[in-house]
Amino acid sequence: MTGAADGLLVSRDLSKRFGGLVAVDSLDMAVRPQEILGLIGPNGSGKTTFFNVVTGIYPTSGGVVEFDGKDITDFSPQAVYRAGIARTFQRSRLSLSLSVFDNVMVGNHMRLDQGLWFNLIARKDFKRQFEENFERARDLVKVFDPLLADRMFEAVGTFPMIDRRRIEICRALISRPKLLLLDEPSAGMTHDETKELMDDLLEIKGRLEDLTIIIIEHEMGVIERITDTCVVLNFGQKICEGPYQEVAEDKLVQEAYLGIQ
Amino acid sequence: MSRARAVFAVLLPGIGSAVAVTVYVILLLAVESQAAIAALLVAGVIVVLAAARFGGMARIGRSFAERENAMNLVIVLAVLAVTGFFYEDHFVLLLMATVIIYVIACLGLNLQFGYAGTLNFAGAAFFGVGCYTAAVLTKHTAMPHLLILVAGGVMAAVIGSLLILPVLRTRSHYSAVVTIAFALLFKIFLEVNDTLGGPQGLPVDGMNVLGWEFNDNIEIGEDFEVAFYVNYIVVGLIVLALAFTFVRRLERSWVGLNLDALRLDETAAACFGLNITRWKITAFTLGNFLTGVAGALYAMMLGFIAPTNFTFGDSLILVSIILLGGIGNPWGLVVATTILIILPEKLQVIQEYRFLLFGAMVILILLFRPEGLLPRPLRTYLPGWQPK
Repeated sequence: MTGAADGLLVSRDLSKRFGGLVAVDSLDMAVRPQEILGLIGPNGSGKTTFFNVVTGIYPTSGGVVEFDGKDITDFSPQAVYRAGIARTFQRSRLSLSLSVFDNVMVGNHMRLDQGLWFNLIARKDFKRQFEENFERARDLVKVFDPLLADRMFEAVGTFPMIDRRRIEICRALISRPKLLLLDEPSAGMTHDETKELMDDLLEIKGRLEDLTIIIIEHEMGVIERITDTCVVLNFGQKICEGPYQEVAEDKLVQEAYLGIQ
Repeated sequence: MSRARAVFAVLLPGIGSAVAVTVYVILLLAVESQAAIAALLVAGVIVVLAAARFGGMARIGRSFAERENAMNLVIVLAVLAVTGFFYEDHFVLLLMATVIIYVIACLGLNLQFGYAGTLNFAGAAFFGVGCYTAAVLTKHTAMPHLLILVAGGVMAAVIGSLLILPVLRTRSHYSAVVTIAFALLFKIFLEVNDTLGGPQGLPVDGMNVLGWEFNDNIEIGEDFEVAFYVNYIVVGLIVLALAFTFVRRLERSWVGLNLDALRLDETAAACFGLNITRWKITAFTLGNFLTGVAGALYAMMLGFIAPTNFTFGDSLILVSIILLGGIGNPWGLVVATTILIILPEKLQVIQEYRFLLFGAMVILILLFRPEGLLPRPLRTYLPGWQPK
């Protein structure tokens, strides 16, 4: 058992069953503040399910999730977001018919005034808030790609995959979460694009020192390059944990995942 | 000077097209012969297609996008010009007022379907709630008539709240089925309910604001008489302007963004803190309110209402207006309502086959231009605003 007590996100004995299928099986895991943790494992090993349980999309079947010292087990997705956890999705779930700015602002929901009076009548105040948030959004997007920052009011559907990933990460980061969950950001991208995106991610991480990241990834090059530590899942159970080099040497991991005898 | 000229250059295509459309509509409404009407329609379609082909539409769109207030004013003036031309023609003026009132109702449905994604097949029922509210209140209370408009909206919103639970518990198509059930129930309820007149319906008092009787023709001087429908056109335009501004501002705010986000992906929206229930209820209630206001005005204009005005078929017309116009685009509603209301009235040949043609039109639109006649543009929060 690693120091579960001082983790930012801690799961204890966490399980998720779908009928007879145990997708996450008594998982004990802790993410230390400010680290980048790689969550790896073969297809169907429960990585995305773990994200979905943590973010409240699925109810748990047992166990506890703690975040920042608070029990957030079975919080609604909304409450998880307000607590400071934001995520991206495996199959990018942006709204393609909306503009870049619109998509990023969806992630900023809790910082925007949602009252009807404010939105419909007090248009001067709205304008001020709009302009402030436009600057914030543009500055964030600029870190990823200055060209993208000039096209804030174009539909997301007109951009290539790498830009969509960037926009999706911006949507997750705009509310300044403490924990960012990245679900396979390299999916559907070329090797070079993935490298570029990881450069961006490391730059962001350099600027936002407090940010903690959990990343699900299949590309081992990415995991090796950016993670501080790794957790390997197989059939919903944790089979190994440690820095990438150690994990890659592990017999169990090699059998289960890397396909070496 | 050069600035004024630049503004004029932007406005010119918009104003030019508005004048052309005004003249065209006047011709269409004035001509009686079926052959002439058909020829006008064909000519109209050809001109629009040609304009679209050679970039004219884009230029007109630019006028509307960049000089919004000016163009809104131009459109209001155009409507008043047509009204003035037909000042004593009851039939034409009734048609125009009906178009205006239907646009208000469709703005409500657009809020529900176009933004929040809740398909409401009971539009005519909520419109009917507004109508019956006006009938009962004009007969049995002394409530000021402008307030009755509001009351019609409130009543539609309140009765709509009966549907909120089942609509929220079901998703997309299933919530549409709930509204279909309500639309059918509503008509049957009216028919068996004797207090509300049963199948014979109820008379409604005409509007009266500060002693001004809306249902009397307006006499100016000795022998100059203006049809009383002009009263309703003017009030309708005012209500429409308010409703239009309301829907526009809503779309151009964080609320509009919320509605789009939850329509396009509920799960993703929930993961960013959106309270799905709250926003669905907001859109559903506000939408029914607008539809109810339109209904109350309609009832006072007609002077008599019956359950046959609020059939499921009428609800379908409202939905097809939204599909035809361009889901989520208020201007599209104006164009689509004008076409769907005026066309069958003028072209008597198709009157009988109205529903057949509407059905065919909806299928064609969904097949070949699913975004509608006037597709909804991307959101501009503040018109004319440019990033620094």
